[in-house]
Amino acid sequence: MRLRSMPISARIGLAGIMLVALCAIFAPLIAPYSESAVVGEVWAPMGGDFILGTDNLGRDLLSRLIYGARATLFVALAATLLSFSIGMTLSFTAVVSGGIVDQVLSRLNDLLMSIPALILALIVLAVLPQNIGILIVVMAAIDSTRVYRIGRAVALDVSVMDYVEAAWLRGEGKLWIIFREILPNTLAPLLGEFGLRFAFSILFLSTLSFLGLGIQPPVADWGGMVKDNKEGIIFGVSAALAPGAAIAFLVICVNLVVDWLINATASLKGARGDA
Amino acid sequence: MSAQEETVSGQPGNQMSAARRGAPAPAAGRAARSKNSLGYLIARRMALGIALLFAASMLIFGGVEALPGDFATTYLGQEATPQAVANIREELGLDRPMTERYLSWLGGILQGDFGTSWSNHNSVGEQIWKRLSDSLLLAGVSALISIPLAIGLGMIAVLYRNRIPDKVISILSLAAISLPEFFIGYLLIQFFTVQLGISEFPATVYDGMSLGERLSAIVLPVATLVTVVLAHMMRMTRSAILNVMSSAYVETAELKGLSALRIIAEHAAPNAVAPVVTVIALNLAALVVGVVVVEVVFVYPGIGQYMVDAVTVRDMPVVQGCGLLFAAIYIVLNMVADIVSILANPRLRHPR
Amino acid sequence: MPEMLSVRNLRVEVTAHQPDGSSSRLVLVDDVSFDVSKGKVLGLIGESGAGKSTIGLTALAYGRGGVCMTGGQVLLDGEDISKLDTRGIRSVRGARVAYVAQSAAAAFNPAHKLGRQVIEAAFRHGIMTREEARKRAVYLFGVLGLPDPENFGERYPHQVSGGQLQRAMTAMALCANPELIVFDEPTTALDVTTQIEVLAAIKHAIAETNTAALYITHDLAVVAQISDDIMVLRHGKMVEYGPTRQIIEAPREEYTRALVSIRQTSREAARPDGDVLLNIEGLTAGYSDVDVLQDISLSLPKGQTFAVVGESGSGKSTLARVITGLLPPRTGTIAFNGTPLPPARKDRSREQLRRIQMIYQMADTAMNPRQKIRDIIGRPLTLYFGTRGQAKTGRVKELLEQIEMGPQFLDRYPAELSGGQKQRVAIARALAAKPELILCDEPTSALDPLVAEGILKLLLRLQEETAVSYLFITHDIAIVRAIADRVAVMHRGRVVRQGAKTAVLSPPFDDYTDLLLRSVPEMEIGWLERVLEGRRGNQRQSAAPIEMERS
Repeated sequence: MRLRSMPISARIGLAGIMLVALCAIFAPLIAPYSESAVVGEVWAPMGGDFILGTDNLGRDLLSRLIYGARATLFVALAATLLSFSIGMTLSFTAVVSGGIVDQVLSRLNDLLMSIPALILALIVLAVLPQNIGILIVVMAAIDSTRVYRIGRAVALDVSVMDYVEAAWLRGEGKLWIIFREILPNTLAPLLGEFGLRFAFSILFLSTLSFLGLGIQPPVADWGGMVKDNKEGIIFGVSAALAPGAAIAFLVICVNLVVDWLINATASLKGARGDA
Repeated sequence: MSAQEETVSGQPGNQMSAARRGAPAPAAGRAARSKNSLGYLIARRMALGIALLFAASMLIFGGVEALPGDFATTYLGQEATPQAVANIREELGLDRPMTERYLSWLGGILQGDFGTSWSNHNSVGEQIWKRLSDSLLLAGVSALISIPLAIGLGMIAVLYRNRIPDKVISILSLAAISLPEFFIGYLLIQFFTVQLGISEFPATVYDGMSLGERLSAIVLPVATLVTVVLAHMMRMTRSAILNVMSSAYVETAELKGLSALRIIAEHAAPNAVAPVVTVIALNLAALVVGVVVVEVVFVYPGIGQYMVDAVTVRDMPVVQGCGLLFAAIYIVLNMVADIVSILANPRLRHPR
Repeated sequence: MPEMLSVRNLRVEVTAHQPDGSSSRLVLVDDVSFDVSKGKVLGLIGESGAGKSTIGLTALAYGRGGVCMTGGQVLLDGEDISKLDTRGIRSVRGARVAYVAQSAAAAFNPAHKLGRQVIEAAFRHGIMTREEARKRAVYLFGVLGLPDPENFGERYPHQVSGGQLQRAMTAMALCANPELIVFDEPTTALDVTTQIEVLAAIKHAIAETNTAALYITHDLAVVAQISDDIMVLRHGKMVEYGPTRQIIEAPREEYTRALVSIRQTSREAARPDGDVLLNIEGLTAGYSDVDVLQDISLSLPKGQTFAVVGESGSGKSTLARVITGLLPPRTGTIAFNGTPLPPARKDRSREQLRRIQMIYQMADTAMNPRQKIRDIIGRPLTLYFGTRGQAKTGRVKELLEQIEMGPQFLDRYPAELSGGQKQRVAIARALAAKPELILCDEPTSALDPLVAEGILKLLLRLQEETAVSYLFITHDIAIVRAIADRVAVMHRGRVVRQGAKTAVLSPPFDDYTDLLLRSVPEMEIGWLERVLEGRRGNQRQSAAPIEMERS
């Protein structure tokens, strides 16, 4: 899994992710206008002062797109990191502890997973107040059930290896087993999984924002921008398509990198198996 | 959207480790046999499904109660007087104990009564049943189109593995799973309605429309759903079939000098049925959830739209009712997937 | 008249694709030539990676995953099959050349009945009608000694035992009446008592049908029973090729000589017993409601090697799990140095754990692939003795010295080591704890014979140097002869015989030990016939069950 052996598709993906990340970090320097200032007429066409035109309130679309990268990347990344922390901690604890702890956690997880992610999010967000912190926690909590399932399967595969048994027999503690024996051997597949969950989080966040339950105005995020401008579509105003395309671009880039990660780790596995 | 979460593989690893672990003597096989009978396994899976349904109903009802936020306040707005709040709590029945309300809620649902909407005082059940058929029409037509397409394309990808058709399919499907549903929807509207003017928007259906009129109204929403689900289903079908094709018994068939077609039809297909049906069931579950977004995009009067509208105004009886319905469909489809794979296992169908 | 199969200057290469799209080529087989004539069997023998299976599959014009023939000729009855088109190749496979795989369990389609799969090739190639093929299958089932030949084909693969499946696979190969059969390690996955039955059935069937055969195996003793000629291969090249008698009795090459003499090492009589190190009384253990071990009692003297021998399912590995505390017994006691050990690992002190170390069958999975050799061997030093820094590195170097490996391995990862080196590192890791007892769970059965021999010699030398005791679990009587002082024979969860090695391995025997000892192939032509003859005699007297496999 060397960087040098990276295929062209993954290089494109990585470059795309970096581009979006740069936009997010240096938004105030890059964006021609501010995020929320009304600078022109409603739904001005592309070209002239406004490269991509203006939105439903007359704000510069390109500037909002650049600022939108911030909210979208930040919330999706924070949710994914949090969901991985929760999911991995619980799943590794379940595997290493075994017995009743494993049973309780796994059945509880099955229950949460029996309700579709979007539906669960709708129900919970209908009750809770709307702010970014709660949004991140809710997204992470829902997503962590998927991380738990994968994490448990991967950790279980490693935990039955003889070297883990040997460590138990040597008298090692749980922390050593988790951090020195199991974790290093699960990093490769989990890295691919992280990418997959990140792509999913971007889509999930965008969907929630599109439905009006995600990031709240006036903060710009790509899903919310689609919602703001969707009425324009029927009048031939394509302002809603630009943020949609931005989401698609970012997710495709992430998926290109993920594909490479998964293939690279799969071929590592295959190399071991031949007799 | 949630199809991305499910993977078809994962089972073999566990089985292998179980086999490695235990040194079960012949007697172990005998003791386990009654526990592994087909009927027992199916009954157990169905019992699990029902238990999950109950647990999910508790979660949907109880979880909502446990979360912070008082509905009476929400209902009346921040400036409501304490007296008004107390009155409205009583009116909505929020003053009764939770278990009592849960049982009466669940009892009502079992008889088709989902309670009364807080926002317009209509019967939730009536709305749900009316809209459910419209949503199912959308999902059903999408399924009818995407299932054969997915299996066909999946098989083409396998036949031409690592060659041009496979790569094209792989790149297109990667793109399709990366697009948000609403973006696909608006792209289609932009192209077919705005530029070509050959499709309708919004995709409204109403009572009294003939089936033909309905079908022509839902062309674009169906196309959106098909794009999303097809890509997922195709990718999973491809990997499921590839998994079977790389098995030792397919090599045996090849070394018998059988033709490629016969190998696929007689040796690969019977073993690929279970994983492919599982893939289909999982994606149907995803499809049902996918209608939520698509209905909002196309302003289609289905159950998804109903739920999203209710969520924005915090109309809890509607949110809970729709949520339970979606969860039930999802749980049942997952159960069907598991039962099919139990049924398709020759070891279980023909015990020793 | 041309030979049935004639291979000339065969060269086979594999193209390995990297994830980045680049690829590299590797030569698997180079300049190999041989002939097989009708009714004759050629044995191909060699270690893993010698290219045996690759050669066998070229007779069917088949290569697994990127393997392809790049030079030479494969003449089937005078015709070069490597030049055939797809259609031509298909008419060869299954009809004129058939293949018997190592794992019949995986090679049969789980979804179809055995009979249908057995007759498929004969019927599809238009060699026979379905009915004729069915009759021939029934006949072959009979020849191969399968139970109830008339109805055997009605069963599904999972409904019959491993030994029966392997014979059914032979029937499947023979059914179309091919000119040549390629047997690829057909008995390797079987227990010895099953192997002898399958071996006899295959030999009988070949003679009966007068087919030519390639018999691929890593076990010279097995191939000596069945083949007319033998070719010894190493790293894809021919080492020696000649009639079986010459190879076995007068090998010319040093490598062949080493292979032939391998099973002849034997350790002298057991030393006088010392104090008891490990004492097990009335042990019963198992999983859920099944007792895998029943009423086991044995005692292991200090500084000696106690071999536990048995076939798969005998409970010998479970015994090791009970001793280590991974599986607490239901009843019975384990005493170590006279003091009882807590039944569960969790309740044992670190000092108690230190005294018993373990060596696994698969060195690959016994070492964390993400740790360097210095950390793998060094960890017990830190954990048990608090050794760190320079002292630790010094001690690890000493241990590497002891296992005949140099300090250059300190910073390597397990993946960079050969199978034998990995097992040596595992031994060093066990030694680092300064244990009194090492449990060895088939430590050599995954290794090639010459490498395995090196490991056994190392273990014996270490025992002399450190006076450590071994509890050695194995299925191989030859290993017992080579290293044990005391022996316990296990069968279906019970110890059927135990004592000093010479006593256990000398008559009078109990039925099972007798069967086990007689089933181990010996490097001697005509051994199979002799054993079968003896067995038939026995059968007339006692009708003892020959089929020892579980079903």
